Amino acid sequence: MTGPFLEVRGLEKRFDVGGAWLRGRRRVIRAVDDVSFAIERGEVLGLVGESGCGKTTTGRLILRLIEPSAGSIRFEGHDLLALSPPRLWAARQRMQIVFQDPFASLNPRMRVGSIIAEPLAIYDRADAAGRRRQVAELLEVVGLDPAFAERYPHELSGGQRQRIGIAAALALRPSLIVADEPVSALDVSVQAQVLNLLMELRRRFGLTYLFISHDLHVVLHMSDRVAVMYLGEIVEIGPRDALHREPRHPYTQVLLSAVPVADPRLRRERIVPKGEVASPLAVPSGCRFHPRCPFVFDRCRVERPALRRVGAGHDAACHLYDER
Amino acid sequence: MALLSVEGLRTHFATSAGLVRAVDGVSFAIERGEVLGLVGESGCGKSVTSLSIMRLVPPPGRVTAGRILLEGEDLLDKDAEAMRRVRGARIAMVFQEPMTSLNPVFTIGDQIAAAVLAHAAGSRRAAWERAVEMLDRVQVPSPRERARDYPHRLSGGLRQRAMIALALAPGPQLLIADEPTTALDVTIQAQILDLLRRLQAERGMAVLLITHDLGVVAELCHRVAIIYAGRIVEMAPVASIFRQPLHPYTRGLLRCLPHPSRFGQPLSSIDGAPPDLRQVDGGCRFAPRCPHAVESCRRDEPALAERKPGHFVACPVVTV
Repeated sequence: MTGPFLEVRGLEKRFDVGGAWLRGRRRVIRAVDDVSFAIERGEVLGLVGESGCGKTTTGRLILRLIEPSAGSIRFEGHDLLALSPPRLWAARQRMQIVFQDPFASLNPRMRVGSIIAEPLAIYDRADAAGRRRQVAELLEVVGLDPAFAERYPHELSGGQRQRIGIAAALALRPSLIVADEPVSALDVSVQAQVLNLLMELRRRFGLTYLFISHDLHVVLHMSDRVAVMYLGEIVEIGPRDALHREPRHPYTQVLLSAVPVADPRLRRERIVPKGEVASPLAVPSGCRFHPRCPFVFDRCRVERPALRRVGAGHDAACHLYDER
Repeated sequence: MALLSVEGLRTHFATSAGLVRAVDGVSFAIERGEVLGLVGESGCGKSVTSLSIMRLVPPPGRVTAGRILLEGEDLLDKDAEAMRRVRGARIAMVFQEPMTSLNPVFTIGDQIAAAVLAHAAGSRRAAWERAVEMLDRVQVPSPRERARDYPHRLSGGLRQRAMIALALAPGPQLLIADEPTTALDVTIQAQILDLLRRLQAERGMAVLLITHDLGVVAELCHRVAIIYAGRIVEMAPVASIFRQPLHPYTRGLLRCLPHPSRFGQPLSSIDGAPPDLRQVDGGCRFAPRCPHAVESCRRDEPALAERKPGHFVACPVVTV
């Protein structure tokens, strides 16, 4: 196998909205617009941003749960967008997703055991007895008693359901897990349990995560590297500590200063951003952050900045770092 | 005299599955101009506490004991008409999701003007002008135009500003803000927290902030009460609770959060889950999850005691 474990180049997703039926003007939302990054095997890349920035769409595009409009995705040496349906079906065993809402993502009519065994049955991995044994093992792996196999999702707490979602994702022994807001629906004490579990599973099984969250502290906690998205673009990507201690893009600085910290001694000088995120239907010209940026200058209004190197493995898309 | 004093409040829900003791002996006071945070996880009783103060507990819930004194008058003694004059005018409320509290078929301006007219005599025109002025105060851009918009036309952040304008228009002494920024993105949350802080200081208004987020408490509150399974377990000035949390539950909560000095290290978590509020009896409700619990914790109900100046904790085991 050559190249990185997962490499995304020029990924794009356009959604057409409006059109004939509503007799409105046909318009295009660029939910994900020219996104590129790579993840090494065993690494955790965090993807953080506010509602509508394209982080969830990016995660789903990588799994081809929705089809990209443009770009390429290479995963374990395969060009995912070029694979024939049977080969894609086979490749998908290696990549799984954990969803935000463990209430919506588990079938309420199925027992926990069947939910976890379903992927094993679909991929014909074991006979019924073998599946039962693996379900029991998976439940133990995620810290639940094997007796949970007989329960239904409604009998479980949010934290227990999320553990079931993780067990089902692990059933096929994937190498990549896209974790899409896996703890956002949970109370903080349960959130801590699930985050610890995800870290332990990563170590134990050598998993690679694309960890998506709107919560900057949770992303910094979980990730080796972090990518910050704004209106469909990555505006900054870099090692966790560099991004946290020396954020370069003004949006990253704004995000970091906006997060309330449960420690009055750590209160930062706050950079309050102007206004609100623009509608994805009316993306600002030039740099998409320019209408809210405290450091905006003329060039930002006309020219879209590209990602450029600002430190070791650390890129930011901001004209402040242009060579002058 | 405190502006609001809640004493021994119990609000129980008689459900077909049993009696749920959602709020079970809660006492606290808010001074004029003070911001008190009421913090806890889902189902701890923090929202039911605020609904009890407003006398808006939905059936089968009922306040079964306690007093709720607003400037010395017990709100629980008031009839429906007298209570209507308290709500909005003296105590106002802002909720998490402004879309569910704003009426979708009236413009923002009409709704604020109606709130003004409900509590003070005056012309419709004056009330409308007051609505525009309030929208301006909460920094809604182009307030005169926005007043003519329906709620669905506004973004989440602007809607929450409109909701705050609506709540503050009659000039309440106490604002109850129930998770006011939870549905908002973090940059918008920062703007709303700044706005609340500024309005609170300008008007000397008291605020009861209901939240699950200790970060928001650190930003906005003077004092904080931590609530667990229907009871307050700790109450202290904000600086004191973050510097030296005393109750094992508070300590656990703070250690659960990813912290900038410990990114990547395992988080401590609180094992187990909160008790079923249909099956609680004597003893400390946190005892089954508490690493410091001793035999007496399961037997004796701990009282909230002042262990340091202004710092109350319901745990006889913890050392100060």
